[in-house]
Amino acid sequence: MAATLLSVAAKSAAGRDSAVARAVDALPQVRTNLSSPERWVSLAAGGALFGLGFDGRGPGLLSCLAGTYLLYRAATGNCLAYQALGFSTSDATAPASVIAAEHGTRVEHVVTVMKPADQVYRFWRDFENLPRFMTHLVDVDTTTDGRSRWVAKGPLGLQVEWEAELLTDTPNRVIAWKSVDGSDVDTAGSVRFTDLPHGQGTEVRVELKYDPPGGKVGSAVARLFGENPDRQVREDLRRFKQILETGETPTTEGQPHGRR
Amino acid sequence: MRALCWRGQKNVAVERVPDPKILNPRDAIVRITTTAICGSDLHLYDGYIPTMKAGDILGHEFMGVVEETGRGVTHVRKGDRVVVPFTIACGGCFFCKRELYSACDNSNPNAEVADTAYGYGGSSLFGYSHMFGGYAGGQAEFARVPFADVGLFKVPAHLPDEKVLFLTDIFPTGYMAAENCNIHPGDTVAVWGCGPVGLFAIKSAFLLGAHRVIGIDYVEGRLRMARDLCGAEVVNFEKVDLYGWLDDKTGGRGPDACIDAVGMEAHGTNLAAVLDRVKAFAHLATDRPQALRQAIMACRKGGTVSIPGVYGGLLDKLPMGAAFGKGLTFKMGQTHVHKYVPKLLARIEKGEIDPSFLITHRYNLSDAAEAYHRFATQQDEYVKVVLKP
Ligand SMILES: NC(=O)c1ccc[n+]([C@@H]2O[C@H](COP(=O)([O-])OP(=O)(O)OC[C@H]3O[C@@H](n4cnc5c(N)ncnc54)[C@H](O)[C@@H]3O)[C@@H](O)[C@H]2O)c1
Ligand SMILES: [Zn+2]
Ligand SMILES: [Zn+2]
Repeated sequence: MAATLLSVAAKSAAGRDSAVARAVDALPQVRTNLSSPERWVSLAAGGALFGLGFDGRGPGLLSCLAGTYLLYRAATGNCLAYQALGFSTSDATAPASVIAAEHGTRVEHVVTVMKPADQVYRFWRDFENLPRFMTHLVDVDTTTDGRSRWVAKGPLGLQVEWEAELLTDTPNRVIAWKSVDGSDVDTAGSVRFTDLPHGQGTEVRVELKYDPPGGKVGSAVARLFGENPDRQVREDLRRFKQILETGETPTTEGQPHGRR
Repeated sequence: MRALCWRGQKNVAVERVPDPKILNPRDAIVRITTTAICGSDLHLYDGYIPTMKAGDILGHEFMGVVEETGRGVTHVRKGDRVVVPFTIACGGCFFCKRELYSACDNSNPNAEVADTAYGYGGSSLFGYSHMFGGYAGGQAEFARVPFADVGLFKVPAHLPDEKVLFLTDIFPTGYMAAENCNIHPGDTVAVWGCGPVGLFAIKSAFLLGAHRVIGIDYVEGRLRMARDLCGAEVVNFEKVDLYGWLDDKTGGRGPDACIDAVGMEAHGTNLAAVLDRVKAFAHLATDRPQALRQAIMACRKGGTVSIPGVYGGLLDKLPMGAAFGKGLTFKMGQTHVHKYVPKLLARIEKGEIDPSFLITHRYNLSDAAEAYHRFATQQDEYVKVVLKP
């Protein structure tokens, strides 16, 4: 009974598609890792999530690797990102999405960083910093002419690469980019910076768009990488904020412990 | 090094584990000179806290000498004698800048888990489950302290360990609980629980100007400490009709503020308390809020209920109608320890309080498992246990 109650409570609290719901589905496997999670109905979902994520095995691993910026060009070869991101600096403050919503996967998240907008902007604008907080990225190299070469972790240890170009760059306000025409990967993104009054830091709003992959291989890749892009982006932004506010990301990796 | 490790419910053991290393630039390693067992550790020991793993090193009340610092540490250095707040705070986030250190955004590597459970999760704690960060604790010979410039406070050489050790948790916790009562001269404050937190709450309420403080418990040895060492009027709630007793003592009005220094494992004998046990056992509720119910019912109209006692999950049969009807104010939460260390250290230096009054037992770290067992089962005698590595 406990496990059932637990699953129902956790799922209804967290929503059907959440990582928690999936973690709870796999609960029987991890229950032995936990002290007695059923005692805390409301929190045990977190325990299950932990058990999965930290064992580094099970379904959580793939979602951890979810490469949210990756996409494979749709079978049509039509680049939606280009038309979606064709906006100018004049709409830099408009709340409307810069990415057409009707196609592909779109993720939007917001985080507030306790640093002035110019500093936050500068950190993001140096795309070579992105792999420090976007865990699926291996490397970003900026070249001259505002272009950059992105390398991401793919499935089965493969690497996926594409080239991106800047669409908009208004210092301390907005940056937008997309993969260049003809890339293997069709992606676009924007980040807006809003200076908050009274030294309350900078609101950072990120939108990312990626097209659905085409073909059999493409959909397999999509399943592997796209399991929870929403969660991935949220965690990426958490790391972004941590690096700016503290200069590091918190970790316990490598600390001592007794017999497991 | 030797470290006290959690193995499972009511099962802890001192084991040999590797020494901690610097993992981040702002880390420091502290060689621990004195550490303690906390009432909160009993929640772990009793298996009430989820996301524990066998082998986790416990302990969040510790002090010592800085052994090594990361390249990002500038305010402390090797050889400094320091106390370590049990909450881990970065010093730079929205919450740290408002002195809400236990709400720090940036110290929990497993923040996603805590966010899922609470909407927004708080700071990490040393040695207190993976949901609260999974950091190895300080019932050990060494500990790694993140954000060392923020999380280490130097203490003067002339104050012995036992006078300053409790700045790490229970003194600030009792003090914040009293501060949260918004005490006015002439006020009467009632404190449920005469454990370490309750005893410091009693002392602090007096420091902050309370006229009278009432200590409530059922363990005679603890009630005696509240009366003899802290100056409280005391009552054994099992021997009287508590509401009638409090009403009588407060001229028919009720205490101005009520502090719940018991938390989720409250002991009780009435029907609601028995139902709590059945339900917690059957997993329908997680916490046993008997003391909190009483605090709400006993409090005067417009008064404050201050809750340092820890709650984790779902509570049943809380008299919300009474709270609303009386217009009560609720204040609670993990202590913002960093905010209080300097001002309470100053009070110790001035001789206004000597926190070492609390210590009833001293053990070598090697015997920590035995100390846990006794602390959990002999509450009458064992009020505060200090461990020496
Ligand atoms: N808020 C924080 O940051 C913080 C910090 C430290 C401890 N705590 C919590 O504070 C609480 C007390 O800590 P402690 O170290 O003093 O613990 P403790 O277990 O030593 O003391 C609790 C006392 O409450 C008494 N008690 C039990 N049921 C009672 C009831 N129904 N009415 C009155 N008294 C009752 C017990 O006999 C005991 O003396 C715990 O929940 C602990 O986790 C909170
Ligand atoms: Zn404690
Ligand atoms: Zn912080």
